[in-house]
Amino acid sequence: MVRCFLIHTVCPVSTLSAGESRVLYSRVFGPDDRVLSERHRELSPEERRLLQKEKVAAVARQVRSAVSLSREASGRLIVETMPGEENLALQDADCGVVRLRAGDPFSEETSALWLGVQSLGFTLVCEPHENLLLAEGTLRNLTRHCLEHLHMLGQGSEVLLKSNRIDVLLSRLLPHGQLLFLNHRFAQSLEKEVAAYMAK
Amino acid sequence: MYSHASESLIKQAREIQESELQKFYSRLMKMLQGKELGHDTVDSLQRLHLILSATKYTRTLPLELQKRFVALLSSPAEQHQVLSAAVLRETLPLTGQELNYNQDNLGQLNSHAAGLLLSQAVSRGDLSSLCTQLLRNLESRPSEGPTHSLMHTLPVLNSVLTHSPECLSEDQMTLVSKKLVDWLRYASVMQGVGTSSGGFFTGPRSRQPVPIAELDGSVSGDFFTVLCVGQGFTEDQWMNVYSFSMLRHWLLTYHSSCSTTVDAANRLQLSLSLSHSHSFSNDDRSEVDGSVVSMVSATSSSSRLLPPKERLREKAFQYCQRLIEQSDRKAHKKTDTELQKACLVEAVCILDCVCVEDASLVYRTFPCIKALFGRLSSELSYARVLLPIAQFYLNHGEIAAVDCENVWKVVFGRFPTELFNDPFLAHELLRFLRLNLESIELRVPQYTRYFPNLLKFLAWDSPAMVDDFVDLLPSMVTTGTAVELLHTLLDLPCLSATLVLQHRSTCLPISEPVGRNFVSLDAFRNPSFRGLFLFLLRTEAGSGDTMDRLSTLHELLVEAADWPRVTQCARTVPVLLHVFFNTIVTIADEKLLAHLILVMLERSSLLLNIPAYIKEIHRVFSCHLLRLCKLHPSLVVNQSHELLEFAGSTANVYSKEELFTHVVWVLGEYLSVSCDSRCSVSLITSCFEALEAVLFEITSSAPPTGTVCPAPKVINTLMSALAKLASRSHDLIPRVSLFLSKLRTVTRSGSVAWCSDEEDLVAIVTRGEELWSLLKAPGVAQSVLTPPPHVIAPQWHRDTNEMSAYSYYMRPGIVMQQEEASTHCTIVGSVGSKGFIPTPTLPVECSLGSKCLSVRQHQQQ
Repeated sequence: MVRCFLIHTVCPVSTLSAGESRVLYSRVFGPDDRVLSERHRELSPEERRLLQKEKVAAVARQVRSAVSLSREASGRLIVETMPGEENLALQDADCGVVRLRAGDPFSEETSALWLGVQSLGFTLVCEPHENLLLAEGTLRNLTRHCLEHLHMLGQGSEVLLKSNRIDVLLSRLLPHGQLLFLNHRFAQSLEKEVAAYMAK
Repeated sequence: MYSHASESLIKQAREIQESELQKFYSRLMKMLQGKELGHDTVDSLQRLHLILSATKYTRTLPLELQKRFVALLSSPAEQHQVLSAAVLRETLPLTGQELNYNQDNLGQLNSHAAGLLLSQAVSRGDLSSLCTQLLRNLESRPSEGPTHSLMHTLPVLNSVLTHSPECLSEDQMTLVSKKLVDWLRYASVMQGVGTSSGGFFTGPRSRQPVPIAELDGSVSGDFFTVLCVGQGFTEDQWMNVYSFSMLRHWLLTYHSSCSTTVDAANRLQLSLSLSHSHSFSNDDRSEVDGSVVSMVSATSSSSRLLPPKERLREKAFQYCQRLIEQSDRKAHKKTDTELQKACLVEAVCILDCVCVEDASLVYRTFPCIKALFGRLSSELSYARVLLPIAQFYLNHGEIAAVDCENVWKVVFGRFPTELFNDPFLAHELLRFLRLNLESIELRVPQYTRYFPNLLKFLAWDSPAMVDDFVDLLPSMVTTGTAVELLHTLLDLPCLSATLVLQHRSTCLPISEPVGRNFVSLDAFRNPSFRGLFLFLLRTEAGSGDTMDRLSTLHELLVEAADWPRVTQCARTVPVLLHVFFNTIVTIADEKLLAHLILVMLERSSLLLNIPAYIKEIHRVFSCHLLRLCKLHPSLVVNQSHELLEFAGSTANVYSKEELFTHVVWVLGEYLSVSCDSRCSVSLITSCFEALEAVLFEITSSAPPTGTVCPAPKVINTLMSALAKLASRSHDLIPRVSLFLSKLRTVTRSGSVAWCSDEEDLVAIVTRGEELWSLLKAPGVAQSVLTPPPHVIAPQWHRDTNEMSAYSYYMRPGIVMQQEEASTHCTIVGSVGSKGFIPTPTLPVECSLGSKCLSVRQHQQQ
């Protein structure tokens, strides 16, 4: 299963200190693992929510560092692309994996797959036994749809103001964090549903 | 992409005033009371979500409004479900009685509401009852509900199982197992019409049913799998996809723990007979609904005889075998080729999983796995599929008596060599190593030989890999590999640079003139230097610890010193060296440690020229030299020749101050009969003379141009070492005293060329005076400067725990005493526990002056 999906900044943001990342969208799947652990049962719902937000932020920070270091090492220049050039942007994206040790921040060890598209990172946190090849394909697919349906290559703020579109994408392509083996026909049929939703 | 507008939106959402928010709530309330929800409402809901989610503080909605959202959850319009679920996820769940809505509507619980329910579950009880409801839905054929109501069931179920596998009862597990068998093995083999036409027998007569196709376009001749395509899909075909997607997790969760060997013999017999029967079988049908019989099946079986769990295992086995067959077909779409790879990974993992549960399946599975390995081993694009295959060989190769050597050659040999720059392969390969380390050390002992190759992953992408290597490196440290491994780690930045060159070299054609920045690329392509680079790029260890022309290589790579990849790599080397030394002290004998000390001394001046890197390496060397000598004091007498050679060179004072200081300290401390009976008077004298010469030289002239004055700690250490040596051979005392008196005379004038700071000079002179006065009483000097063992490690109590606590308590006390007496030079070490290795400190210097104290703090880092 996938633990969470997030979209966050991987470039410096003027209002944040260096190394920080602004989380623009995040979705944690399934029940909170702390609900079921004895240690955190006494936490109030507010505290649980806060803890979850901090965990997501911790992932975003780690990925942000990984992206910067990877970009620094490869020395490739980031090519700015325009709306409509989603496929190009995706081809040009950096990618990688960050190993998140147990307890940092999730109770079990997890792998954070990331895709760096210009100033944004798209991250999928997977559980230990997950099929990363499938996860990678799913992440690319999700990212492409996000870029297209939320016009993310442009200057708008639809990622904040139309996040329900991402929710719908996730409900089809990654329902409840379940990675799906979708051949192109299955994918097409889901994409039709998604397109129908977006058209409303 | 990320604009200022977005940033200011977040700011606005966070800073919205309470009064404004209340107005917004009441406006929303009015909007939601209307029958139709217009654009404005949707827009406002989205804004509300932003306001709630942008802050880490929880905002509380008015109860009425929250109830509205709960009602909206079951609205027929998906947009409303999505938005209300999103809003409710960011608020606190309603308490007890308000939750009832869930129970009433569970029958038609849509996917978004189910997701919300999952995320807000507060106890295992919540999850259990959710499971029960979901399974009830599964049981009743849901022809009336919308298709999706059934489809999200499995993902929700799987999500619950991840966190709380004990939610399901034995009966429920059986039910799901049966259902999975049904969907996996008996999904319709005819194409669905449209996406939601559902049912097996609903095909209208007017339209001839069309069989499903394979990815290469041919008509499918066997049961349906995720690699089958059609114009549309039936519901059970969708369920096939969902079932396969969760199958491995299901097997891992519920099967591995229940595996028994009770009737292993029976099963073995059965499976053997099955593997020989390739006949078509009519009893092979769905147990639940008696669905269409698959007409052609390579391994049909009479598995109805099996209990549900075993039956699922058998069907999973068949499904995976079929997927492996199907993956050999040439897919028309690129995305389907990728899916084939992902399916291969999953299939092999599932086969591994069922074979772990039931060893008798190993014999039926191996031919297929072997064939797959044969087919894919030469294709690098399938590298990530080969890792699960390697896992299979590792887990079952022994039982099946299969030769695995070729697998390891590919995985440890070819992959790192050719795919060092694939971040995903690197991650998966290193994870494979980590998770199976014990088994690999046992079954693939030759693994450690591949360390030069495996380190390529680290050299290429150090920040991402260092974490894995911190875990893996200890397994690579053996008495056989230690020396070569140390050299290899020290040359890791060179390897990094070489990989960059290799990468560039393959990207740029030979004919292309290389830019002026790539002088090293010319060298890389120059046949006369080929050997140097090939040594760095070697696959296996054992061809020599290091190379002759290392300095040539460093010169060739001098421009690489500021390549980001190389500097990133250089930053990780000290970390790994610490891991290396921490491991080696646990396994090495004194002879090997002596060799390592030689390597340290030799390599301290033979490193790729990155100043920060060199400094850090010297620091690591210093720390571990001290530690090794503390553990085995006789090492110093053993290696006195080389240590003296190092300490006798004045140039080292300026170029390797840190290491020099430590070498001098260990010489002064451990060159003593009490550490090694071989320590002769002449050895002490020659050591004394060498150090005396250096001290004289550096305190009689200004530092060479381009260098700074030696730190006071160097001079203090030298003086202390001389005093210690003299206290062991009293003939030398007049010589030290003479030097110390001269020092006082010289410095009386105020300033000297070799020390720019007045305070430092005072500290040095004070130190000299202390030593001088101490040496006036040779007997006292000896017992203070070379204290007998019972003073260094007094064992007042036998209880280790009590004493270690006591030792911490004592520590400041001892230091204070030293200051009072101004003459004590004993080690402030562990008290009471011999096994405990104290943090390396330089106690002699530590007790003096604030400047010197910083030395100790540094060491303790």
